Amino acid sequence: MISLAGRDVLHSWGKFVFTGFGLGLLIGVTLVMAGVYRGMVDDGKALLDNSGADLWVVQQDTLGPYAESSSLNDDLHRAVRAVPGVGRAANVTYLTMQVRRAGRDVRAMVVGVAPGTPWETPGWPPHLVAGRQITRSHYEAVADIATGARLGEQLTIRRNRYTVVGLTRRMVSSSGDPMVFIPLKDAQEAQFLRDNDAIWRNRRRTAANPVFNRPGAPGLLAALDSTQTASTSVNAILVRVAPGASAAELAATIRRWKRLSVHTRAQMEDILVGKLIATSARQIGMFLVILAAVSAAIVAFIIYTLTMDKIREIAVLKLIGTRNRTIAAMIVQQALALGFIGFAVGRITATYAAPHFPKHVLLVLPDSIAGFFAVMAICILASGIAIRVALKVDPAEAIGG
Amino acid sequence: MAAKGIRIEGLKKRYGSGETAVDALKGVHMHVAPGEVVGLVGPSGSGKTTLLKCLGAVIDPTAGRMILGDEVIHDDGWKVRDLRALRRDKIGFVFQAPYLIPFLDVVDNVALLPMLAGRPDAEARSRALELLTALDVQHRAHAMPAQLSGGEQQRVAIARGLVNHPPVILADEPTAPLDSERAMGVIRILNAMAKRYDTAVIVVTHDEKIIPTFRRIYHIRDGITHEEAGEGRSP
Repeated sequence: MISLAGRDVLHSWGKFVFTGFGLGLLIGVTLVMAGVYRGMVDDGKALLDNSGADLWVVQQDTLGPYAESSSLNDDLHRAVRAVPGVGRAANVTYLTMQVRRAGRDVRAMVVGVAPGTPWETPGWPPHLVAGRQITRSHYEAVADIATGARLGEQLTIRRNRYTVVGLTRRMVSSSGDPMVFIPLKDAQEAQFLRDNDAIWRNRRRTAANPVFNRPGAPGLLAALDSTQTASTSVNAILVRVAPGASAAELAATIRRWKRLSVHTRAQMEDILVGKLIATSARQIGMFLVILAAVSAAIVAFIIYTLTMDKIREIAVLKLIGTRNRTIAAMIVQQALALGFIGFAVGRITATYAAPHFPKHVLLVLPDSIAGFFAVMAICILASGIAIRVALKVDPAEAIGG
Repeated sequence: MAAKGIRIEGLKKRYGSGETAVDALKGVHMHVAPGEVVGLVGPSGSGKTTLLKCLGAVIDPTAGRMILGDEVIHDDGWKVRDLRALRRDKIGFVFQAPYLIPFLDVVDNVALLPMLAGRPDAEARSRALELLTALDVQHRAHAMPAQLSGGEQQRVAIARGLVNHPPVILADEPTAPLDSERAMGVIRILNAMAKRYDTAVIVVTHDEKIIPTFRRIYHIRDGITHEEAGEGRSP
């Protein structure tokens, strides 16, 4: 038995291809939207992977350092390091800000890494694509290539300039902003040190306060002033668990004895995916639902129009004895063909368009497979109206009268 | 192959009920023998189309008896169960316009019916080609309908009507869009095919050019048929 749907598609291939192309662009947008969500999750996981930590020790009762602000004294890491089961512990600061390069601002996450052994100390970039790690205590930076920085280039962070000595790839924040690694002391200053005018005004305010500026305590005012310009806070302590130790048990110990919040890798993933990007995920989900509804409406309209164009032929087919299921199968097959063309165009479009998006778009095979079956299901459902119309066609219409 | 033509006895058709009921057919009697071509003529509103739809098993008559070949298909409200298969296997249709399926080539337009009846594709195409050869359009077998002239399209439509060797062919104004020469050509073909395949052919027409070619004519007026002898001129 010949395929009526196949013959019709071949006969009107231009109509099908162009319609499929339009539908494909819509499907491509849908796949890219799903890819944006996957990219956000992937960025979050990359952030955790690249930190090199098993545990994140943060300010008590906070979900820091990525989802909430967290502030710890920078000497606290010594106490954490002394806890049995801790392999390595290092301070770290994270600050998303505008970094100036080549006369333009680049949004980046500035990471302050503690002095230590490159490749081993948590917080340091785990791999470089060019250059070397930071070897000096100040004014050197390792930047992700997404910042556009090149080796030897100068970056301006707050009031200091840093020379780019190394480049990384795919070192991004959970928002997709590229990372710039600088020495911890510089990062603390960038994050916590106030500007000169603010410091000056604060000194004036303190000096005017008779409690702090007492005749009998000459060193008090100077001591207070010095604390106002000191940067002794960090956002978190990254902990790598010693071989053989349990991360969960170690986290419980630190929580109990050091009165700090500690998040394991699984908890951090929950925080990033379940809280930090949850709203974005819901937003994308809504868009996916709307796009699916629009796709279904378009397919339904196209198949309905194609069927209405053939109403006389359908009447003739019914008159000469064609089964209803043969006619229904023809319409469903055409809808599926349209969906297939649309999906192929959409997948190709998404693949080529994804790298050009400013945020990381991750197209994964399971999403594509799910998308394919969703498109096919939508096409089958959307052909329902056309099938209903076709089955209602009276064979007598072929005779007329 | 059934070869007893078609016989209709006291066929009635009523649309609606109560005071608004309309009796479109009030007692139609017809008999068309195998190999015979008869004309069915009548003015607009006379019941021609209703009769054609009843004969084509598209609508059910209210009363009367229809025998197709050697099978009773309607008998005072009783009817055969599978009208779709009946239309496919035992009735050939030729329309005013050819209504060929535009996305099938000529041979597949004709072969579609035997394929729908479950015949193997090769056998269906072979049968279609045989008919296309008989109708002298075999050279256009692989052309699309849009590439054919009006006369060629009508010959392909006749081939489609004949391909399952039905006992009866219902031709609804088959010559309406054609000039005299081509109209006569179609009637010649219908006569030849009726004889060759032992098929009863009922031609519904208004066409004054072809009416003299019928040996018998059924006039229908106000839902009642009257038989009269035609001139039987050679088309």
